Parts: sequence; C-alpha cells; structure tokens
Amino acid sequence: MATFWFWIVAVMITAYVVLDGFDLGAGTIYLIATRDPVERRKILRAIGPVWDGNEVWLLAAGGTLYFAFPQLYASSFSGFYLPLMMVLWLLILRGFGIEFRARMENPVWQNFFDVVFSVSSILLAIFFGAALGNVIRGVPLDATGYFFEPLWTDFKLGPRTGILDWYTVMAGVFALVNLTVHGALYIAIKTDDDLARRARGIAVLLWPMQFFLTCLSLIFTYFIRPGITTNYGQHPAAALIPIVVFSSLAVMLWAVPKGQSREKIAFLASSLYLAGMLVGAAFALYPVVLPARNPVYDLTIYNTAAANHGLSIGLTWWTLGAVLAVAYFVFIYRMFRGKVQLGEGHY
Amino acid sequence: MDSALLVHRLHFAFTATFHYLFPQLTMGLAPLIVVLKTIALRRNDAVYHRAARFWAGIFGINFVLGVVTGIPMEFQFGTNWSHFSRFAGGVIGQTLAMEGMFAFFLESSFLGLFLYGEKRLSPRAHWLSAVAVFVGSWVSGYFIIATDAFMQHPTGYYLAPDGSVQLASFWQLVLNPWAWWQYAHNMSGAVITGAFVMTAVGAFYLLWGKWTEQGQIYVKTGVIAGCLFSILQAFPTGDGQGKLVANLQPVTLAAMEGLFQGQPGAPLVILGQPNDQQGKIDNPLEVPRMLSMLTYKRWNAHVQGLDAFPKQDWPGNVPLLYYSYHIMVGLGTLFIAIMVVAALLLWRGKLFRARWMLWILMLSAPFPYIANTAGWMTAELGRQPWLVYGLMRTEDGYSKGVSGGNAMFTLLGFMGIYTVASILFLFLMRREIEHGPVRELDAPSDLSATAGSR
Repeated sequence: MATFWFWIVAVMITAYVVLDGFDLGAGTIYLIATRDPVERRKILRAIGPVWDGNEVWLLAAGGTLYFAFPQLYASSFSGFYLPLMMVLWLLILRGFGIEFRARMENPVWQNFFDVVFSVSSILLAIFFGAALGNVIRGVPLDATGYFFEPLWTDFKLGPRTGILDWYTVMAGVFALVNLTVHGALYIAIKTDDDLARRARGIAVLLWPMQFFLTCLSLIFTYFIRPGITTNYGQHPAAALIPIVVFSSLAVMLWAVPKGQSREKIAFLASSLYLAGMLVGAAFALYPVVLPARNPVYDLTIYNTAAANHGLSIGLTWWTLGAVLAVAYFVFIYRMFRGKVQLGEGHY
Repeated sequence: MDSALLVHRLHFAFTATFHYLFPQLTMGLAPLIVVLKTIALRRNDAVYHRAARFWAGIFGINFVLGVVTGIPMEFQFGTNWSHFSRFAGGVIGQTLAMEGMFAFFLESSFLGLFLYGEKRLSPRAHWLSAVAVFVGSWVSGYFIIATDAFMQHPTGYYLAPDGSVQLASFWQLVLNPWAWWQYAHNMSGAVITGAFVMTAVGAFYLLWGKWTEQGQIYVKTGVIAGCLFSILQAFPTGDGQGKLVANLQPVTLAAMEGLFQGQPGAPLVILGQPNDQQGKIDNPLEVPRMLSMLTYKRWNAHVQGLDAFPKQDWPGNVPLLYYSYHIMVGLGTLFIAIMVVAALLLWRGKLFRARWMLWILMLSAPFPYIANTAGWMTAELGRQPWLVYGLMRTEDGYSKGVSGGNAMFTLLGFMGIYTVASILFLFLMRREIEHGPVRELDAPSDLSATAGSR
C-alpha cells in the first residue's frame, strides 16, 4: 500500500514539474526572448489561463504527501524551513507578476512586474532543483526523525551540510537549464514568427549544456551515492528509464532545429525527458523517501506512512479526484489550444 | 510561554488572518455572481452580463491573493507545526489532500475559463464555468472546515501505538457534526462579506451618480442576500454553533461569555471588560438570566463558569477571546439591523433615493471582514490550550527543530510581503471600482495593444 502511494506522489510531483515547469521556463526566457511589450503579452497569454492550474499540482502533491506520509511531510518541511519559506515568497511574487501586470497600462508598472515575474521564475527553478539535490544527497536526520538545515555551511558534502553545497547548486543550475528549454519549447508552440524562432533558438543553444549537465549530474550522483544503482541492478527492465532520458534528448536534438513542423514532438520529448529524470530518481531512491547522511536514520516509506486503513480509503477518493482533474486539464488545454491570438481577455 | 512557541503561533495567526480576508470575499461573491449570470442568461440581458463581468474582475484580484496567500497555509502544517503533523497527519491528511484533489483543480481550471473564456464559450458554458468556480470554492471551504472541526472536536480516529492518531472512520471524520454547523456559519459569514461589498460598491455608484443602473443591481442583489444571510448567521447557524461549544467545550463558552463564576440564571454580558486578575467583569452591562436561556432554553439553568475548570485548561487568553466573541456578535446584530432596514426600504421602492441609507451601506463594507476575523479568533482562541481538543496541547505541536529566531525571520518576511500585497490590492481595487463596470464583450479592453502602449 505504501509503495503504491510512493508512486502516486512521485507521479504527481512529475506532473507538477512537467506542467508548471513550462510556465516557469516561460518566465525564465520572458525577458531574453522578447523584444517588445506585445511579445511579452503573448508569453503571458500563452501561460495565463493555465499557470494557476499547473501550480495546483504542487499543492495537490503536497496534500497527498501529507496524507500518505505525514512523518515525511513533518520532517522534510520543518527541516527545509528556510528555503521552503523563500519558495513561498517567490510563488507569491510570481503570481503578482503574472496577474497584476496587465491591470494597468502604464509602462513603468508593467516593466516592474515583468522583472518580478521573470526573476521569481528563474529563482524558483533553481530552488526546486536544489531541493531535489538535497533529497538525493541526503540530509542530517537524527534519531528523532527530524533535522534542520541552514541555507549553507561550507559548500562541502560534510556531515554538517547546508541546503546549498556544490552538488545542490549544480542541481539548481541543471534544473534551470532544463526548465528554460522546456519553457522555450512550449512558447515556440504557442507563438509564431520571431518570438517562436527566438524561443527555439534558446533551446538549440542550451541543448549541449543540457546534455553535458545530464551526464555530469549522473556521474556526480553516483559518486556521492554509490548505492543509487542498487535498484537498477535488481530490475534490469528499469534500464528503460535512462534509455527514455537519452533518446528524448536525441529527439530534441533532431526536432528542435527543424522549427514549426516538429515543435510538438520537441516539447513532448522535453516532457518525457523531465519525467524520465524524475521517475528515474524516485526509482533509485525507493523505498527511501528522504535519505539521511547517516543511513541508519533514513526515512523510508515504511517508517513515515500513515496507517493502512486511511491509505486504502484514500485510494477511492484519490482515483476519483485524479480522473476529474485530468478531465479538467484535457478540457482546458483544448479550449486554449493553438497559437496565441492577442485581442481578447486579459493579460 | 516559550518564545519559539509564541513566534510559531503568531506566524500561523498572522498568515491565516491575512489569507482569510480574500477567500471570504471570493466564497461570498461566487454565488452572487452565479445569480447575476443566471439572470443575465435567462433574460438575455446585457446589463446583467456586464454586472457579472465587473464582479468577475473584482473576484479575480481577490482570487489571486487568496491563492498566493493560501499556499503558505498548507506548507505551515509541515514547516512550523511538524510535531502536530506527525501526530495528526494520518487523519487530517485525508481532508487536506481531498481539498487539493476535489476543490483546487476544479476552481483553478474553471476560473481561467470563466475569466478569459467568455468569447470562446457559449453563454451556457460560460455560466457553467461560473457555477464550477462557485462549487470549487465552497467544496474547498468544507474540507478546511472539516480539518478544523477535527482539531475542535476530534472524531473518527484511533490512537496508534506510536502515539499518533490514525483514521478509524472516514465518514465520522468527514461528517463531523462540528463541521456541519461551523461550515454553515462560516459560509453564511462569507456571503455576508460578499453581499456587503457588493452593496457598498453599488451604493458608491448611486451616491456618485455614475453607472446608476449597475449600482441599483448591486445594491438590490447585495441587500437581498445580505438580509437573508445576516439572519441565517444568527439563527440557526450561530445558535447551533453556540450549542456545540456549550456542550463540547464548556470552558470555552465560559471564557467567551466572561462568566468567571458558574451560576443558575446566568446573565448575558453585553459590554464590560474582563478583569482576569480579580475574576470578574468590570463595568458590566448585562441582561439577567439571558445566558441560561440562550444556552439551555431555561431561565434558571445552571451555566458552568471558568471556576468549574482547572486554570491550566482555560483558554490561554481569556480577554482576547471574550472581545473577539463580543465583537463578532455585536457586529452580527448590527448587520441584521442595517440589512433589515435596507430591505424594507428596497421593498417600499425607496432605497435608491434614501441617501442616508446608501451612505450607511457604503461605509459598512469593512465590518463583515472584522466580524469574520473575530469569529475565527473566537473559534481558534477558544480551542486553546489544545491544538487537537483533548488530545494534544498547542505547546507540544510546533516544530521543535525550527528556532524562534528562524521563525521570526520568516514571520517578518511575510509581514513585509503582505504589506506590499495590501498596498497593491487596495490600489487595484480602487482602480477597478473607479474604472467602473464598462467592459463590453465585443469591445476588447486591449485595443491599445495595437498602438503598442502595452
């Protein structure tokens, strides 16, 4: 039962990264890819009707995590106290940036919220990457099942780690690159002409870096957590995950420069790539959910899950809720499909 | 009190109080917008369509603030109250996760359609998206109230060997009687806020002499809803909620009412200052025997006072609880008076010319916010010293690993960001109201885009 919920939460987090990832990425290229206010409006219009729904995956994943693994929620949220609070502040500012910008036509007002939106998107991408880096690297949990990490200590992987060390900083940069590409490919689908061309250009430019960082992060992860391959050794079928990751990268290399004719394939490949990386990480960690620096204190699905009765009840309503949520998303994305047309509604 | 505990409590109290300024309006406006949309659709009336569009704009600003200030609430269960989450997550995780799955997805998906899809959708489908937003926001409210109800009156749980509580009965948790009354009372309070704000904007337009046709619609809709729900707020919802407190949290009732000594034929204190040093009310203005009557329907019924309970089980801050409760009840009574008079004038066809009444209606807008806030303070201060009533004390629930200094850092950060948010909010609301209900479906507001000014 706990295994089942482990995968549900993993899939929800993956859905969050793939969905909100493109609107975060749209934020990171927002100032670079655009040349005038009309183009900026096109980007906002492309994400406007969907960003809030995408962000709900974070809330829903958080809620489901709380429900299924309350002890994990308690330990990790209090341990990552400071960075999580900063994530909250950034999410607040970013929401203002998107929603309040168009409420006034003054260029000074709009420039201000342009910067707020873009900078908060960039920082969020880095924070999320660093957070994932922390979960893979492990945190200083003790016998009480709690820990508290300061933002940084000495940037080394010693016993007294901070949120930021060289490994998690790399993870943050890595996430920023991946989400930037992801967002650029989404904007390429939703817009046309110069803006779409420039967005594609960013994705082409970043591809070598994405490839390089993928390899580098895998090597470093193996270096600091040699046990990470154990699950892969036991289940040879899991080799499919790295195959998916690297073939998605290859497809992106093939599809992105070709422009409009393969824009959807490129975006799908990027989504698959992100999903592959996340599912691969979850598979490598399982059944650990939050590794400790000292493995004795690892938090696993077994010592953090809620009791069985509650978990099995949850299956019923969760399934119903998930079916409804997917139906809404299919409906919304169909409603707002196609290239952005200016001249209706807000943003 | 441990200083870290105090900071963690302030952290939650501050962010929750600020957060709830926005959902109370959106939850209250949502059904009113559905009413406007329904009339517009039935009569195919452009005036009502424009009214709905205007209120959707106000709704949108408030919704954004509600969402961004709401995310920290879910996080804080883990960040600031991790020992509580560890203890109760196996139960309240159910309701919190269900809120995400059933309410947030519904709300956020259809809000986008409702705000930006009027051209793409048929009128009926657009009406449906308004209904979906309404249902989503009200479902969300229920799950949060059910979560709070577990903390006020735990049901449907068992104590697990590791000391945590776990789910024993899903239906007992979700259908907690406390949740029913509190939900009815709370949602009625939200409609009061929505109705007063709608009325106030309408009264403002009428007094200004601009957009008077729209103003009349707002005043009419707001006064009818406000009158109905102000009365429902007192009876049966407030009464039902009060009886639950009397039966399940008698010490809270005594503190709310400022009843230091239990007695038969207990008086109802209308005004007065609780003197917690001498255990009495200073300068009391009382109605004799009324508290006994209201609580037990008998003039001579014995009502337990604070003296019947050990001091360690008293709500930690008796005066603040007493004032919160009295402010809530006092304002609630005032709302009934204002709205009944306004409704009579409306019925006689005199309201739109009664400038004195329009002034009162316009200036009343802030008070439902105060009453709703005071109501929540009554509920949550009244729960003290318990975090989960009878099961876990507040001092045992906060994150012991997060120092008071770190918590204060983020509390100050939230205060700063929320100050900025308040300024932006007031500025945008003023702008929206002054700009007026002028948006037409066929005249896109962004014609200026072609001129490159955006």
